[in-house]
Amino acid sequence: MGPGTEEELAQIVAEAAGPLRIVGGGTRSFGVAQGEELSTAGLSGVTLYEPGALTLVVQAGTPLAEVDALLADEGQALPFEPMDHRGLLGTQGAPTIGGMVAANVSGPRRISVGACRDFLLGVRFVDGAGRVLKNGGRVMKNVTGYDLARLMAGSHGTLGVLTEVSLKVLPVARASATLALDGLEAARAVAALSRALGSPFEVSGAAHVAAGQARTLIRLEGFAASVNYRAERLCAVLAEFGDWQVLPDAIDIWRDVRDVKALQADGDVWRVSARPSDGPALAARVPGADAMFDWGGGLIWLRVPEGTDVRAALGQFDGHATLVRAGQETRVRLGVFAQPAPSLALIEAGLRARFDPRGIFNAGLMAPPERTI
Amino acid sequence: MEMPTPNAETVARKAQIVARLAAALPPGTIISDIAETRAYECDALSAYRCAPLAVALPRTTDEVATVLRLCHEMRVPVVPRGAGTSLAGGSLPTADSVVLGIARLNEVLETDLANRAIRVGSGRTNLSVTGAVEQDGFFYAPDPSSQLACAIAGNIAMNSGGAHCLKYGVTTNNLLGVTLVTMDGTVHEIGGAYLDAGGLDLLALICGSEGQLGVVTEATLRILPKPEGARPVLIGYASSEVAGACVSDIIKAGVLPVAIEFMDRPCIRATEAFAHAGYPDCEALLIVEVEGSPAEIDEQLEIILEIARRHNPIELRESASEEEAARIWLGRKSAFGAMGQMGDYMCLDGTIPVSQLPFVLRRIGEMSDEFGLQVGNVFHAGDGNMHPLIIYDANTPGEQEKCEALGAEILKLCVEVGGCLTGEHGVGIEKRDLMDYQFTPEDLDMQMAVKDVFDPGWLLNPAKVFPLAQSAARRMAAQ
Repeated sequence: MGPGTEEELAQIVAEAAGPLRIVGGGTRSFGVAQGEELSTAGLSGVTLYEPGALTLVVQAGTPLAEVDALLADEGQALPFEPMDHRGLLGTQGAPTIGGMVAANVSGPRRISVGACRDFLLGVRFVDGAGRVLKNGGRVMKNVTGYDLARLMAGSHGTLGVLTEVSLKVLPVARASATLALDGLEAARAVAALSRALGSPFEVSGAAHVAAGQARTLIRLEGFAASVNYRAERLCAVLAEFGDWQVLPDAIDIWRDVRDVKALQADGDVWRVSARPSDGPALAARVPGADAMFDWGGGLIWLRVPEGTDVRAALGQFDGHATLVRAGQETRVRLGVFAQPAPSLALIEAGLRARFDPRGIFNAGLMAPPERTI
Repeated sequence: MEMPTPNAETVARKAQIVARLAAALPPGTIISDIAETRAYECDALSAYRCAPLAVALPRTTDEVATVLRLCHEMRVPVVPRGAGTSLAGGSLPTADSVVLGIARLNEVLETDLANRAIRVGSGRTNLSVTGAVEQDGFFYAPDPSSQLACAIAGNIAMNSGGAHCLKYGVTTNNLLGVTLVTMDGTVHEIGGAYLDAGGLDLLALICGSEGQLGVVTEATLRILPKPEGARPVLIGYASSEVAGACVSDIIKAGVLPVAIEFMDRPCIRATEAFAHAGYPDCEALLIVEVEGSPAEIDEQLEIILEIARRHNPIELRESASEEEAARIWLGRKSAFGAMGQMGDYMCLDGTIPVSQLPFVLRRIGEMSDEFGLQVGNVFHAGDGNMHPLIIYDANTPGEQEKCEALGAEILKLCVEVGGCLTGEHGVGIEKRDLMDYQFTPEDLDMQMAVKDVFDPGWLLNPAKVFPLAQSAARRMAAQ
């Protein structure tokens, strides 16, 4: 089903007889949701864009590429650098704004500017009873009532169907430079990233690709003179790790980091969020894993042989693991998302019961069906 | 501002309630003497006062859980309190409530510089979080004006901001994890020293929930490396329209200052009389601050000054030294104190789209004339977060009501132009009954349904945030 307006969408939800599988562009479907497809692609278009206020209001089904082009004309962008999942997941189609927000998709720059949810100013959505609700707004500072907008980000369409989102945008940096060093082992690389991120030189990307030829990458962005100055200072600060090469323009390299290109070949792919300094040791606990570290080591991408239970291999740690790419059998057996502690699972189930009383939105994706009330 | 009638039956049980709490907690935790509880009768919205039934000052998460569990069993409302600096009445007690103060949980629990995180007891003051890491070159970014006194628990409850959030964001953008105790005494651990907590974004829900979902006892906060330096410039304009256009052009140019502050003429005059900062007597004054190395600061300021000159400023003042920088900030930092010299004041906190700035300032001027009350404007221009200060005399009968009526009209205006009632102070009791202007009954019902999940009995800070008429059914059902 593909409603063309918010009202139509609300009516479809209100009258739905069974579960609905919510789809934007269909490029990020790493779930096990069941039910009839409900597409938001018909809700497309920019409602408002004020470059001087860094504010964008856009319909949920709008293709991300359209938004990127509009912002680029004004020298602005979505600063959190959302990953394009098509390469990793082998999906087709056009990623949408709604899908990006629902999955809280962020890239390498998350380490400096924040995640998608940090740039989300407001939402309109349809809840499981078919009510059209709003939360937040279009202004940058807003503490009026509870923050349901950020709750929607990362809820993967399990609490409501987004119809419109407001986002803060930022100017694109005029210049960038990337420090690169080959051959560091992971623990040493993460120590270098940590040193860089603890310096005052405003690092906007800190990654270590361990798969294949090991390479450590640190990005600086801003005005040209400032970038050059910081690159020089940072090379000096990090001299003990090796002789860093300064690449003037590394757009492709960072796009590859963003889209996890190094791990796109066969196998299951997991995404682990952890304390950055724990990253290398955690990756080493998983036998046969190829690893890529982003966010200074705190975001660990692992490619493992099909069916590997990465959560079991990792054991107890500060953080959680998400199964991003796998066959259906593995997804069902291991679950896509880590299950929260029992007391939090109760709260999450309670929230789902309020937002989606019939349990029809992307049922079984985030919580096992028996936990959905 | 109306508060619900206290439950007479609960008030009558005071001795029994106090005895049960005191028996379960170490000596000195429970205060019930009326002379001592009076110290907790209000927060920084001091026009409203009410001494609570008792005050609990626990020292540990377990003790917080005990207080909440017992109050839950005895069906006694609990009003959480940080440092009591809320401008919105967020910790105003009712006569049938127990105030739960977390000020004693103020230790630094873990400093993890490698992972740029610190874990503290939530009673720790905002500034002393920075104090714990600044010798290592780090700081905690959100900087509300009350940062010397305000507690992290209150910052989380209100999702506090500050002057520098244009670059660094507000509390919700800098909070990584919490220990949360819900009303039934259950202790929850959410998130930690990593960038995205798993599951639903419960941290986002808790941040800004005004103590209605649970009591935060510990928090993991993101700390950032201190920039090499910072320098402000002062720019004066003959009209607020021009100042607004200048702000917009600076933002569009790709410079991201850490702060863009705005003061209007009434506010400039008041601060000049009080602090003698040497500000020009003009319609609109901007303070723009940038960060970085000396060379980076020069580069950014060059762009900003070029834009500022294009708009024909009547004053443009750079700072070549620490002293000159301090002088530029002097008036802004003493603005609230200066306005306080002129009488009692009410500080509003609405946010508007930056493009609406000139229109809103003009309308506030007109409303100020209509009501016969002076209004000074000082605010964070980069993000549209206004702080109109209404001057009134609390001793003149009827003047406080008039001031509140004017405040309500200004906040409605903020909503009408596409903004919101509160940008960083919170709703509390102050804006509670205006929520209908921003939200539909269904919008509010969904938010109240979230409270139903965390606090089904509506015992935690129940008379805040939601219009009393709309929360009545839930609060009554709880009794």
